[in-house]
Amino acid sequence: MIDAHLLRDLTPQVLGVLVRRGADFAAAEDAVQDALVEAVRRWDGEAPEDPKAWLVTVAWRRFLDARRAASARALREVAVRREPPGGPTEQADDTLLLLSRCCHPALSPASAVALTLRAVGGLTTAQIARAFLVPESTMAQRISRAKRTVAGERFERPGGVGAVLRVLYLMFDQGFIATPEPGDADLAAEAIRLTRQLLASVPGDPEAAGLLALMLLHHARRAARLDAAGDLVPLTHQDRSRWDTAMIAEGVDLLQAALALDRLGEYQVQAAIAALHDDAESAAATDWPQILEWYDELAGLAPDNPVVALNRAVAVGHVDGPLAGLRLVESLDPALPRREAVAAFLHERAGNREEAARRYAAAASAASSAAERAHLLKQAARLNGA
Amino acid sequence: MAKYLLLKHYRGGPKQHANAQAPMEEWTPEEITAHIDFMRKVADDLSERGEFVDGQALAPDGEFVRYDGEGRPPVTDGPFAETKDLIAGWMIIDVESKERAYEAAAYLSSAPGKDGLPLHEWLEVRPFLVEPPVVE
Repeated sequence: MIDAHLLRDLTPQVLGVLVRRGADFAAAEDAVQDALVEAVRRWDGEAPEDPKAWLVTVAWRRFLDARRAASARALREVAVRREPPGGPTEQADDTLLLLSRCCHPALSPASAVALTLRAVGGLTTAQIARAFLVPESTMAQRISRAKRTVAGERFERPGGVGAVLRVLYLMFDQGFIATPEPGDADLAAEAIRLTRQLLASVPGDPEAAGLLALMLLHHARRAARLDAAGDLVPLTHQDRSRWDTAMIAEGVDLLQAALALDRLGEYQVQAAIAALHDDAESAAATDWPQILEWYDELAGLAPDNPVVALNRAVAVGHVDGPLAGLRLVESLDPALPRREAVAAFLHERAGNREEAARRYAAAASAASSAAERAHLLKQAARLNGA
Repeated sequence: MAKYLLLKHYRGGPKQHANAQAPMEEWTPEEITAHIDFMRKVADDLSERGEFVDGQALAPDGEFVRYDGEGRPPVTDGPFAETKDLIAGWMIIDVESKERAYEAAAYLSSAPGKDGLPLHEWLEVRPFLVEPPVVE
């Protein structure tokens, strides 16, 4: 039995070698897929001694064959191509190279997520299509368009880590699956796996570590996010005994090491806030003054981000009282998502039950998710019924 | 990405453009073919952009149905020739932004009708509710 995990881990590495040797991205990917099929057929239960070298050799040969065939068709002659020197496979880590290609700024975020899942994550197009609830043919087109977009230039030097982090963050944030079925793509888990790979290739990057910490500190609460009926449970009501303490500990360790580098960034700050929530024995025991300090940092790093301002208002409401929080909320754009929900929450804490009920109902009709809508309607109903 | 439902109405919504006034039976067969080909092309183009999710047309004759108590058959009512609003079909798309959803709807609305003129037909655009984000 061939180890599927081994193949999935090797796929991006092999692809990276081909791309670095100058293969265009789409052709390299096809060649790697061919090599994987070949591996499943030929390895017959046991991987060769150096499976990566084996895959690179076969994939590179497939790539050259395909290119020869293509140029033969185009030029009616066989192109002579220089073979790469023999010897051991390159030891350099190509993960960052490949990720920054898939997260190229020319791509829309959604296309970058899909391409990354396909080319680096090694998921099938069908799995990605299911995760995004679109037909497989549509997802295939989305991925091949993305490949065409990034196929333009040769790609030898990795781009910035920042663009990659943003795409991985989005992948994680969309990874809301209550209980993934076998064979389903678990986007949150996949984002964590890829961020681990990325961090291994940029070990000194505090924001890569910060993002991984942030993901782990949220992922640790996954089991408690839904009740038995599958309804969303807000943080304050979650059964904290169901949180994954080992995952929290790993997240905190990563975060502390990142903070020690003294190059603060948004992911580290968000992770610090998540860690403070994870650290509280109960919702009432939450260290809001410290959370507010981190929100002040975050507001300094992202001064124009209204979502940060809204979340900071919640923290202010806990520390300085609901009226202080409300003053901040009312100064924000009325169209800001979740603004009404936060206003409702603060009004209830201030004792304005009627206004709170009215704002909860308004928040429900503006909610973008069914789970949030149901939760907000119940809050309005609770206040109206009492 | 966000999913949007583009709803096409037989009736209802704002007053239709002059180009969309003539009922289809008054078009020529070629105009009907051109219209259907265009709708197919829109679906193909959206598919090629990685945005198409689903599209269906509905028959105009439907009835209203409701529960009538334990052990009793469902109650039906209609069809209502005069119902104000009547859905003709839908298309579901998965796009980057609301602006892009509107652009796709406008494209669909430019389908040719009588004399090959664009219909300027009104389409209703409704966002889907989504899953909540993981990061709170």
